[in-house]
Amino acid sequence: MPSLKDLKNRIESVKSTRKITKAMQMVAAAKLRRAQEAAEQSRPYTERFNAVMANLAASVGGSDSAPKLLSGTGSDKVQLLIVMTSERGLCGGFNSNIAKLAKTHAAKLQAEGKEVKILTVGKKGRDQLKRDFGSLSVGHVDLTEVKRVGYADAQGIAKDVLARFDGGEFDVATIFYAKFVNVVSQIPTAQQIIPAKFEAAEGDEASTLFDYEPDEEAILADLLPRGVATQIFSALLENGASEQGARMSAMDNATRNAGEMIDKLTIEFNRSRQAVITNELIEIISGAEAL
Amino acid sequence: MADTVQFDLVSPERRLASAQVTAVQIPGADGDMTAMAGHAPTITTLRPGVLSAEGPDGTTDYVVTGGFAEISAEGISVLAERAIPKADMTKADHDAMVKEAEEALANAKEAFANEPGPVDDAAKLLADMVAVGDHISV
Repeated sequence: MPSLKDLKNRIESVKSTRKITKAMQMVAAAKLRRAQEAAEQSRPYTERFNAVMANLAASVGGSDSAPKLLSGTGSDKVQLLIVMTSERGLCGGFNSNIAKLAKTHAAKLQAEGKEVKILTVGKKGRDQLKRDFGSLSVGHVDLTEVKRVGYADAQGIAKDVLARFDGGEFDVATIFYAKFVNVVSQIPTAQQIIPAKFEAAEGDEASTLFDYEPDEEAILADLLPRGVATQIFSALLENGASEQGARMSAMDNATRNAGEMIDKLTIEFNRSRQAVITNELIEIISGAEAL
Repeated sequence: MADTVQFDLVSPERRLASAQVTAVQIPGADGDMTAMAGHAPTITTLRPGVLSAEGPDGTTDYVVTGGFAEISAEGISVLAERAIPKADMTKADHDAMVKEAEEALANAKEAFANEPGPVDDAAKLLADMVAVGDHISV
């Protein structure tokens, strides 16, 4: 049976934990709003970009001269997995879910006899993948210093990936990130970025005949690398929003649990105090009776 | 009054402009072009330069680098990798851009020692960047 003083200390410490988790939840909520805004802002660009790319890809795609970024290298022997996670923990299952998806994917590819290479973005994913797939890691992008993800960060990652592609280091690249649905649900997603895949545009839209300046192939060659950066950027933004959402709900849970714990401890504290008082009374009364 | 056309200027980070305009001057990769209502549908890539949108309430200029413009019956959308209103452009921003282009040129020279293509492209990019400096009054 813990003493009264122990219980009191315990309650105090859980109370301060609750304060911290509550504060973290509020910070995450504010950050989530900003992250969602950023994702919202980038949407028009991504949508238009993909529409144009789908148009272009449809008209050039079939020819032999199509760029490698679109048609692929003709093999899928070496696979690059770009695993994007957060730099900080305490956000529920967010990082584990992405890492788990990447792990199953990697294991499946290995079982098929393909070579797997892993590029990690974000410290947490690297730590989780280190144990099983540490030897497959080809690089890590550190975004610890980045407060707000900008397009330049995505460009940096894209540049690195494209340089590896041009160097013939891999054939297929897939990014792993969590798609933001709402605060309680983030879906870990795998998306192939090289060779590029675009959703086909709706039938009537494709009927517009555009003049291309310079020619279609030159435009495509110019835009495909940008497409990689754009996709990485939107994945980073989605991830940012998902991370904050996951943290918010994790911290909300933690705050609630702390509250429950405080209630339980308070009842225990009151009971023991009452027991002590009753004990003292019995002693006094029986002492008086003995006289 | 002249016909107007819907004009959107978006960068990956935000939407800079969405308005009705009478004409847009676009720094295309193969030369400047002015798009007005009823222009033939065109897609062109951009070179670094100044884009000016002429609206009913005056002209707005933006400094854009890379990206592309899509001119269609519905309107003109410019997707620029980076776009800054000309009024907000500072000397420091421009210097940073020029420096970036210089580095790209140096890298291209190193990586493609025997191929003139990429080096020329990088050199052109740098020249365009420097030319942007003449347009902005900083």
